[in-house]
Amino acid sequence: MATTEEKINTEQTGNEIEGHEIEDEAIDDVKLTEEELKELEKIIEENKGQRGVLINVLHKAQKILGYLPREIQVRVARGLDIPFSKVYSVVSFYSLFSTNPRGKYTIEVCTGTACYVKGAEDILKKLKNELEIEPGETTDDKLFTLETTRCVGACGMAPVVIIGDDAHGRLTVEDVPKLLEQYQ
Amino acid sequence: MLVTVTIDGQEVEVSEGTTILDAADMLDIDIPTLCYLKELNEPGACRVCLVDVEGDANFQPACVYEVTDGLKVRTNTPQVIEARKRVIELLLSDHPFECLTCVANQNCELQSVAKQYGIRDLEFGGERNKFPVDDLSPSLVREPSKCILCRRCISVCAEIQEVHIYDVIERGFGSVAAPAYNESLMDTPCITCGQCIMVCPTGALHGQDDTQKVWDALADESKHVVIQTAPAIRVTIGEMFGLEIGSLVTGQLVAALKRLGFDKVFDDCFGADVVVMEEGHELMERLESGKDLPQFTSCCPGWVKFCESFYPSMLDNLSSCKSPQQVFGALAKSYYAEQAGIDPEDIFCVSTMPCVAKKYESQRPEMDSSGHRDVDAVLTTRELGEMIKQIGLDIKKLPEEDYDEPMGYASGAGVIFGSTGGVMEAALRTVYERITGERLEDFELKSVRGRDFKEAEIDLKDGRSLKVAVARGTGNARRLIHRIMNGEAEYDFIEVMACPAGGCVGGGGQPIYSGRDKWLRMVEDRAHRAKGLFEEDGQKEYRVAHENPFVKKLYDNYLGDPHGERSQELLHTSYVDRQLYTHEERYSDKKGEPMKVAKKNH
Amino acid sequence: MAPKAEILVCGGTSCYSSGGPDIYKNLIEELKRKELEEKVKLTQTGCFGFCEKGPVVVIYCEKEPNGIFYCQVKPEDSERILKEHIINGEIIDDLLYEDPETGAKIPGHEDMGFYKYQQRIALKNCGLIQPYKIKEYIARDGYRALGEALSHMTSKEVIEIVKTSKIRGRGGGGFPTGLKWELTAKAKGSPKYVICNADEGDPGAFMDRSILEGDPHSVIEGLAIAAYAIGAEQGYVYVRAEYPLAVERLEQAIKDARELNLLGEDIFETGFKFDLEIRVGAGAFVCGEETALMQSVQGERGDPRFKPPYPANKGLWGQPTVINNVETLANIPGIILNGGEWFSHIGTEESTGTKVFALAGDIHNTGLIEVPMGTTLREVVFELGGGIPNKKEFKAAQTGGPSGGCIPKEHLDILMDYDSLIEVGSMMGSGGLIIMDEDTCMVDVARFYLDFTQDEACGKCTPGRVGTKRLLEMLNKIVEGEAEPNILEKLEALSNQVKKSSLCGLGQSAPNPILSTLQYFRDEYEAHVFEKRCPAGVCEALLDYVIDEEKCKACGLCAEKCPAATIEGDKEEGYTINSEACKSCGICEEECPFEAITKG
Ligand SMILES: Cc1cc2nc3c(=O)[nH]c(=O)nc-3n(C[C@H](O)[C@H](O)[C@H](O)COP(=O)(O)O)c2cc1C
Ligand code: SF4
Ligand code: SF4
Ligand code: SF4
Ligand code: SF4
Ligand code: SF4
Ligand code: SF4
Ligand code: SF4
Ligand code: SF4
Ligand code: FES
Ligand code: FES
Ligand code: FES
Ligand code: FES
Repeated sequence: MATTEEKINTEQTGNEIEGHEIEDEAIDDVKLTEEELKELEKIIEENKGQRGVLINVLHKAQKILGYLPREIQVRVARGLDIPFSKVYSVVSFYSLFSTNPRGKYTIEVCTGTACYVKGAEDILKKLKNELEIEPGETTDDKLFTLETTRCVGACGMAPVVIIGDDAHGRLTVEDVPKLLEQYQ
Repeated sequence: MLVTVTIDGQEVEVSEGTTILDAADMLDIDIPTLCYLKELNEPGACRVCLVDVEGDANFQPACVYEVTDGLKVRTNTPQVIEARKRVIELLLSDHPFECLTCVANQNCELQSVAKQYGIRDLEFGGERNKFPVDDLSPSLVREPSKCILCRRCISVCAEIQEVHIYDVIERGFGSVAAPAYNESLMDTPCITCGQCIMVCPTGALHGQDDTQKVWDALADESKHVVIQTAPAIRVTIGEMFGLEIGSLVTGQLVAALKRLGFDKVFDDCFGADVVVMEEGHELMERLESGKDLPQFTSCCPGWVKFCESFYPSMLDNLSSCKSPQQVFGALAKSYYAEQAGIDPEDIFCVSTMPCVAKKYESQRPEMDSSGHRDVDAVLTTRELGEMIKQIGLDIKKLPEEDYDEPMGYASGAGVIFGSTGGVMEAALRTVYERITGERLEDFELKSVRGRDFKEAEIDLKDGRSLKVAVARGTGNARRLIHRIMNGEAEYDFIEVMACPAGGCVGGGGQPIYSGRDKWLRMVEDRAHRAKGLFEEDGQKEYRVAHENPFVKKLYDNYLGDPHGERSQELLHTSYVDRQLYTHEERYSDKKGEPMKVAKKNH
Repeated sequence: MAPKAEILVCGGTSCYSSGGPDIYKNLIEELKRKELEEKVKLTQTGCFGFCEKGPVVVIYCEKEPNGIFYCQVKPEDSERILKEHIINGEIIDDLLYEDPETGAKIPGHEDMGFYKYQQRIALKNCGLIQPYKIKEYIARDGYRALGEALSHMTSKEVIEIVKTSKIRGRGGGGFPTGLKWELTAKAKGSPKYVICNADEGDPGAFMDRSILEGDPHSVIEGLAIAAYAIGAEQGYVYVRAEYPLAVERLEQAIKDARELNLLGEDIFETGFKFDLEIRVGAGAFVCGEETALMQSVQGERGDPRFKPPYPANKGLWGQPTVINNVETLANIPGIILNGGEWFSHIGTEESTGTKVFALAGDIHNTGLIEVPMGTTLREVVFELGGGIPNKKEFKAAQTGGPSGGCIPKEHLDILMDYDSLIEVGSMMGSGGLIIMDEDTCMVDVARFYLDFTQDEACGKCTPGRVGTKRLLEMLNKIVEGEAEPNILEKLEALSNQVKKSSLCGLGQSAPNPILSTLQYFRDEYEAHVFEKRCPAGVCEALLDYVIDEEKCKACGLCAEKCPAATIEGDKEEGYTINSEACKSCGICEEECPFEAITKG
């Protein structure tokens, strides 16, 4: 019987098909600075012992780095005495929690019905082409992260794109390059 | 209150709150289930148990739907059958078709419903989830691509064991039951108890297979291959050959092992007797000094890892004595090697266990006090049964044979190690006799707080009394520890066995049954299996460890005093404070290794 | 001196993000500069509803007591507004609404089709008061209903009034609110909870958002009354995180209400005690489903669970709980003040009161409207909505969001109420109303919704997790032109199965958009499947490459590169593509230096 190690090697040479590969680097990605740690500790301290606060805590913790690296999740888990499996389960369930670093600006293209009917798909396509990334990805210069969202309630000015905190409505495909320039 | 319901035209009276599933069962109508595990996991998620409830536009899940008076249910209409078929088809459409090479083959709940419902072809093909196989843990293998999201593993690990390794991750089509980040179990505080394996309805979770390692050793002429059998094997391996639950087949088991070609067949219960000597002395020393009490037993590696991960502050309270498996292994490669005049280098030490945690334990880096890996390969009851079948033997039909000397004879104390409370009782028999000079009569453990754990107080006749407690299942151990930490209780000696269904008789390496009652059945079976062990205990000439002549000889000729210098070196160990949820938890040298990509995909 | 005029600037989401705050700021500065601060009251309100024409500014003065409604105001118009309108008393023509039919300028909103037919109960304060100022709410009878209920009514009587009103839940299910309260009041167990469902997951709907932003106190008051009726002391508002402004205004409103002791201990000195907490979602549509929502309030994954037990018996933390939608709650104060009878006479027999719809899509007047139940779809589309722009034909209206269906032209005269909508295979849902014109491909619409539900399914049950995925895959095949001939039967069969066997409302209703489009637009599906053709010209894979004559400079490059040699013509005549022989490789589109070749 081969050791586990050998098994991995021999089996990896088998007919490999892409799967959700898990890379350890992606997991051990970040070391928090003193200040960031303090901020996190404070958030945890304020919520300790109260019930039902996990999502709130994650929202606040996400503000520290703009996303939730494993490190933060582990600290939240330990701090609130919630299993790490559950913290991650919650993080991975909700689309507004991100486990990957974000660009300076997040571009959210509304793909809700009203925007969809008004051509949101074309706007999204144009943005993908301009930025050369897919939704969920960040540009190499770390300026933009592209996301889609399902209605921000500004359907009156569909199609809508949110960049950072600004909403931009009644967009056309032609507007896109100019729009991006404002943030470059 | 009783209510009347009509199922497929037949009336039945049941108490309010009964599910359609149970009501139908009373009428001998079988409704298929997959996710449902009575009293443990009732998410109503898989939807194979759909039935037609009069007045409802949608089909309803029989497993969680509670009947009300006058309810009319149809379980057998073509529409219902069609709906169930569709659900099964949908499950299969996101499932690898690997039955032929799957561990669960012919013992898979998904496979059997698919067969029962005559699924021949999939109308709706499409994308399938492909997840990497995680086989880095020495004990368990996860094949998440075969997961049907029944959530049983989540429930057992969270509710019963309270280890919380799994949860559902992601959502929708890409979701799967997994540890955080779908990381390897190696990177989690998994205690390797294997209880999740026992409840998984498919082949998504199973034990590591070490049979080839053993076949290779048996084929190697230069190796002297010895095997030790754990106490709990003798009452469960018969089940794999159609014998009744709890049948005691010690002699036949020995015969089978000899025919498999093992050079020596030893009894792990001998190791257990030695553990009693060591742990007993440790306890007496602690009682004397008053330090590090209560003393926890340490023969269950699942429990040891649990303590290391969640209660590192309690590590000094763990007995430093190794488990019988490791004690035996260390002795096999030192004492036995010397006696038999064999170079320990040439000894290949196999153990057969009811347990998958033992596989991990044998690979702990510190388990090499004999100068070699103390135990080279660990087989579960399931693996051993398979090997016996492969050489064409039926255990029922074998004659009884005896264990080999010098490590084949055990007292009754060593035998009852396999059942919950047994380790405690075995040790007490010796301690009590050493302190009082009298035989310990049978004593009764009383339940504390429902079924959580049991305790007893034993009068030592010198003004002192010994307070003992027994917990099975780590969830119960947690509550026991919290009681101690909160100062609600004080004990001197505590036995913890990680497996909730009666300790090792319900271990993660035991035969697996499929079906929705499997959880309750495991709990029930435990009683039968334990009975088998106590039966053998009753048949033994010696019932206390220190009277075992072979144990005496071991101490006289080799070890010296119990808990003396030589045994401390060989038979005792130390523990690690494991940092929760950091990769420091990894217990072997595989740190940072990426998981491999699923080998077989479609 | 009382102010002579009042200027209302819309602070609703749409106007807010298209210049509203700047207009407001400029007006403040201008007022200061012109020393008009004393004479003119400036108010930033919630949404007026007519977001299409935003930013909106409405001015009431002695001369124009009914108000002048300015549309699409720009920040730089602030000065003009003060100078021309306030000082000179002249109405500014070019900022007025223009009737799309007649081209006439309409100064007062009461004369606009959009507002003429509305009856505002839930929205009565939206666009009239400053949401940040609790005093304004109180000045318009705010918290009087709560006072009445606490001081002069038993909780039974409150429930009785709500039952008499026959109001049904506005969150989608249409369950009678009075009955829900009664069941919860009777349920064993304490404490009990009330929850406001402000998750508003239906994409394309923004009624709840506008109420929370424009009139948050009405929701707080409704919740407090509900709490009194069932015996709860703690309430939660679950708001989606995509609505930051709503969260902000609600937080402020709760704070103000606490300050005036309208929340907290001993409210109205009656000994009644009630407080509220906000819980913000994190992006999951399924969390609008009540059992999932409660999980989420508890800080967990939003996995729904099997019902019964219903929240009335086992809700938040296992305790009896009432969950109501924002709009349902906003109706409650009015019902208490005016009586159940009054409310029950509005609307139809089985659907009483009014309903707010978010009108969007291919329609002139997008925005929020509140009309009596039973108004016809035709009235909504053509009277209030001003019809379809660009002279296009009405094709379908989608109601009920991802759980609903599409209503075709033949049913334009349908009454908009709970039961009639279900009869035609759609549903009321929360009030999203998307209008689609002739250029819409209904197969693509179904695909859009399935893409949504599939993406948002929690994954707990098999039909919801795998079934919706397989449905989407089939629709994808159809729009890509790769469908096998029997696909429509399979699609229909699986749709019905998923509907009947899913665990929660999401899966049970996810196939509705497919089933209703199959019912009314089967020919469109057939064209995709059998003729590999998209009649509306939307599905790209099924379109032909064509050369736009205007853009083509007749350079000939495309003809040179086409591997199938199907592009014909010359530098004089121009070039055309022979679509019969075209392999759809796309090379010509890439090669054309003038972007003259597209699919169309
Ligand atoms: C998938 C799904 C999404 C839902 N989303 C919402 C929502 O966003 N807002 C809402 O008020 N109700 C929503 N509901 C309905 C709620 O489950 C619940 O019926 C409602 O909040 C009850 O309030 P009501 O009786 O006042 O309507 C949703 C239901 C389902 C099945
Ligand atoms: S788990 Fe294994 S045996 Fe069961 S259906 Fe899947 S491949 Fe077949
Ligand atoms: S069951 Fe069918 S597939 Fe399996 S081994 Fe037999 S013939 Fe082959
Ligand atoms: S082996 Fe035990 S601890 Fe590990 S995941 Fe399974 S049940 Fe949990
Ligand atoms: S791994 Fe097994 S037990 Fe766990 S959810 Fe999947 S199928 Fe069920
Ligand atoms: S725990 Fe049981 S099976 Fe394991 S070594 Fe001890 S006695 Fe043997
Ligand atoms: S109780 Fe026995 S079978 Fe279970 S983990 Fe412990 S040693 Fe193994
Ligand atoms: S798409 Fe390809 S085949 Fe068709 S005209 Fe263009 S270049 Fe020729
Ligand atoms: S390449 Fe473009 S511009 Fe040139 S002939 Fe073709 S279509 Fe016209
Ligand atoms: S659909 Fe885009 S904002 Fe509502
Ligand atoms: S839903 Fe009833 S057994 Fe899974
Ligand atoms: S947001 Fe201004 S009118 Fe709706
Ligand atoms: S319960 Fe969420 S998809 Fe079925």
